[in-house]
Amino acid sequence: MRVLFHLGRYWLFLGGLFTRPENFTIYRRQVLLEMDSIGVGSIGIVSLVSVFMGAVITLQTAYNLVNPLVPLWAVGLVVRDSIIIEFSPTIIMLVLAGKVGSSIASEIGTMRVTEQIDALEIMGINPASFLVLPKMVAAILITPFVVLISMFVGITGGFVVGELTGNVPSADYIKGIQDQFLPFNVTFAMIKTVVFAFIITTVSSYHGYFTSGGALEVGQSSTRAVVYSSILILIFDYILTQLILI
Amino acid sequence: MIEVKNISKQFNGTTILSNVTNSFEKGKVNLIIGGSGSGKTVLMKCMVGLYDVDNGSISFDGREFSGLTKKERKSIRSEIGMLFQGSALFDSMNVEENVMFPLTMLSEMQEEEKKERVNFCLNRVDLKNVNHLFPAEISGGMKKRVAIARAMAMNPKYLFCDEPNSGLDPKTSIIIDELIKEITYEYDMTTVINTHDMNSVLMMGDNIIFIYKGEKHWSGSAKDILNSGNNELEEFVFASKVMQDLRKQMRTN
Repeated sequence: MRVLFHLGRYWLFLGGLFTRPENFTIYRRQVLLEMDSIGVGSIGIVSLVSVFMGAVITLQTAYNLVNPLVPLWAVGLVVRDSIIIEFSPTIIMLVLAGKVGSSIASEIGTMRVTEQIDALEIMGINPASFLVLPKMVAAILITPFVVLISMFVGITGGFVVGELTGNVPSADYIKGIQDQFLPFNVTFAMIKTVVFAFIITTVSSYHGYFTSGGALEVGQSSTRAVVYSSILILIFDYILTQLILI
Repeated sequence: MIEVKNISKQFNGTTILSNVTNSFEKGKVNLIIGGSGSGKTVLMKCMVGLYDVDNGSISFDGREFSGLTKKERKSIRSEIGMLFQGSALFDSMNVEENVMFPLTMLSEMQEEEKKERVNFCLNRVDLKNVNHLFPAEISGGMKKRVAIARAMAMNPKYLFCDEPNSGLDPKTSIIIDELIKEITYEYDMTTVINTHDMNSVLMMGDNIIFIYKGEKHWSGSAKDILNSGNNELEEFVFASKVMQDLRKQMRTN
């Protein structure tokens, strides 16, 4: 029953987002600010995670490829496809669920408990739309670029570690990442990214928006936002893979 | 004038407000008083539409409010200013942006006009050279003043204040009370204030209603409150040492 209650309230909440903005200029400015906060503000952590992700996948694949019939350049191919199809869109978005999701839930939750949301409502402004829509639009617009950067950095990390450790010579690695490249895999990754961006922003905002109480409850909402966003990302990762790739 | 008729509100089966009826007069400071948990904040939140009432009706100058949808409430809401207990200033905006916010979102004013209005409102609440400070950088009393300036920005017909002097020192409380009183008379607003501060009650209560356990127990003015003859109200009014001493003094005189 509790799940149905939350599902129903989440749908109503989403319905409330898509209303005519009171002032387009302010919304546009908010979208740009959010793009900076969600996207540009995450590039550091995303690059760090991606470079180590690429390095570890390269080493592990090289370690497991012991069959002399499998050429060494296959490491580049495996790293490329793993990063493009799964690691960059899913793992990076899980990282963003932690970083961005908790920040959104605690920001909106704090606004709720300090009556700032009530103040917006009294002014006749739709608080859900004003606070959440710019975040959602910004995340949908900027996260594909963040994921593209992650792909590039991850594959580069693999290249560097393969060369430095001598496990995968650069010529083999480059041959591998060029072999049998399917551009649709990038499209698929972008589709996943957009869906995950929607999940992170709306689920986290939902938890923040319906916070009641004080600082303790804001913390709990923030934790719930990360947990539910992450679970939903994993579920939708499976659903999208089944629907689009299989 | 704001009229509430027989409004009731329950939360999870517990009755918080029961059949409250009252008229809040224009150009006067109307106070809702009562102890903590008596239902006065719920009454105010019902009046401004933050809570939907279970029964009864609320009207603003004859315009029905309680039965309207959120969209339909917009026009009346544009005439409402509210001062929240914790000021509810937007943390991400500086003082000027906070006061300008309703003007930017809801008016067609040009940038210059908006700035002029913001400076007028800030001057009116005696705040100078604070335009670029953020809420975290100003004192509690200044926050209240900024919140009053923001509430005034759209030239409201109705001003609601939820415990305007909570958390303030006695001197600042008096300044805030006086400010609210002044702007009420100056702009002929219908002001409704929630308070349990007896100093505020005696200083500015043109019309007072006493809420006890969710019901309206008494109504009158600051002049009548010390001789109300209502047991619950007397318990509330003379709870503090200062008020008890005042009663003793009154009796000996």
